Amino acid sequence: MSLRPDLQIIVDWIPAGSRVLDLGSGDGTLLKALQPNEVTGYGLEIDNSHIAHCIHSGINIIQADLNQGLPQFADQSFDFVILSQTLQAVKRPDFLVDEIIRVGKQAIIGFPNFGHWQCRLQLIFGGHMPISKTLPRPWYDHANIHLCTIKDFEKLCSDKHIFIQQRSIVDHAHQDSLGIKFAPNVFGEIALYQIKKF
Amino acid sequence: MPDSIPADSVGLVSPQTLHINAPIDLESGRSLPAYDLIYETYGQLNSSASNAILVCHALSGDHHVAGYYSKEEKRPGWWDNIIGPGKPIDTNNFFVVCLNNLGGCKGTTGPTCINPNTNTPYGPDFPVVTVNDWVKSQATLADNLNIEQWAAVVGGSLGGMQAMQWAISLPHRLRHALIIAAAPKLSAQNIAFNEVARTAIKADSDFHDGYYAVHDTLPRKGLGLARMLGHITYLSDEAMGEKFGRELRHGSINYGFDVEFQIESYLRYQSETFAEQFDANTYLLMTKALDYFDPAKAFDDDLAKAVSGIQAKCLVISFTTDWRFSPERSQEIVNALLSANKDVTYAKIEATQGHDAFLLPIPRYHDIIKAYMEKITTESGAL
Repeated sequence: MSLRPDLQIIVDWIPAGSRVLDLGSGDGTLLKALQPNEVTGYGLEIDNSHIAHCIHSGINIIQADLNQGLPQFADQSFDFVILSQTLQAVKRPDFLVDEIIRVGKQAIIGFPNFGHWQCRLQLIFGGHMPISKTLPRPWYDHANIHLCTIKDFEKLCSDKHIFIQQRSIVDHAHQDSLGIKFAPNVFGEIALYQIKKF
Repeated sequence: MPDSIPADSVGLVSPQTLHINAPIDLESGRSLPAYDLIYETYGQLNSSASNAILVCHALSGDHHVAGYYSKEEKRPGWWDNIIGPGKPIDTNNFFVVCLNNLGGCKGTTGPTCINPNTNTPYGPDFPVVTVNDWVKSQATLADNLNIEQWAAVVGGSLGGMQAMQWAISLPHRLRHALIIAAAPKLSAQNIAFNEVARTAIKADSDFHDGYYAVHDTLPRKGLGLARMLGHITYLSDEAMGEKFGRELRHGSINYGFDVEFQIESYLRYQSETFAEQFDANTYLLMTKALDYFDPAKAFDDDLAKAVSGIQAKCLVISFTTDWRFSPERSQEIVNALLSANKDVTYAKIEATQGHDAFLLPIPRYHDIIKAYMEKITTESGAL
């Protein structure tokens, strides 16, 4: 089975032999995909239903609530800390970003871009909270309490003096396009950033 | 037992005794000249002896973990719900060993056994034993069973502490440690509960400073009280509420001091049965072993340092309503393992049953143990 394209991008970004911490690791797909590259580390996941599956996959999975931060981990103790599609679901994304760059020498953060033109049109002309392929559920029935745009995230990085090493902005099929190159905050659906402390 | 043996039961079992005719030096500085270890095994040891699981018992447990002794036995071993063919600890794949710990009262040398020096029961003269001493004697059993390395050492509560100590003391002799509902050491509150239990036993006029056997009596009231207290701490408020609520035995209150509420009746029954079946001196020893457990002590009180030599992969499990050894205590173990960069998996199980949850067939808990044991099987190839 092929990997979800945004996860494939993350796999491509992580050098073999790295030590990683995957936050909100779900069923462990990413860490499993990294295993052949000798990438070691831990997954953190709050949802009970994923733990047994992760164990089966041979992943070191720790049940934990990201809203509590990462107090169990020492400063700069991982080569990479990864947060994929979870930033928008935590109580204080800014605090979590602080924790991520404290614990990780580098970090990879991916999130759905709320500035995508379809979101904008739905809000302006439909007058309702956007529903899209990357945000498929109605406003009252999803965990995304802190949605942000590419611009918002980059401002947060700038405010916190976080250095953006690379970014990849794609549509829901994870394709790059001319539109995305020209106006990423309008045409990009999913944003991935590799960041580190200045 | 039921009319016919259930397909997932290990069936009829019988214990064996290993006599060790060599002294064991104990952590206290004392020693035993020779000793017996009573144990049970289920399943088959494979030709490479790579599929052996050691199950360590808790405070009042023993070697009878699974199966039935006879058709007349009403209840199977104390952890029968997790051990058997097709169960999470699958005896089709694993050879499971459980022994009664040194100082116990179910067949292993302990206070009720005859002291060869006096030809009377040891009673209170039995040396204090520690988790380290147990690990040492368990290793002797492993040697005698030709098990160089356990596939896993498994235990809940005080049993989990033994699993942890195994991983620290004899790192090369186990591949996995399953540390369930445990703590890296007792808190002051935990020790306080143990001290109340000990005080209850010692205050019983039938205790006779521990020489009750000589007086042909038993400190039933004291031991019963100790058990009552223990039992309360093993259950959650929620579990007790669900099970008993404020239900009355006879429908109305009597404005007296007889048993009125169902919970009172339950506790009295539990304490009376226990006081007939368990030895008070053993109870004192087991609570002391709990109090003394502190593997970090020898490592400048640094738990991460204590676990730094661990080679086994660890599975740590806690239960949300366990207040005897709360999830925070398991998290301490996990954090130490994380900072020592060890292989560790941690699951916090939603359960209303308090500390007792580790003995109960809670589906998500058993799913996790099952997944973990299957992983062990896969890792080892065909065991």
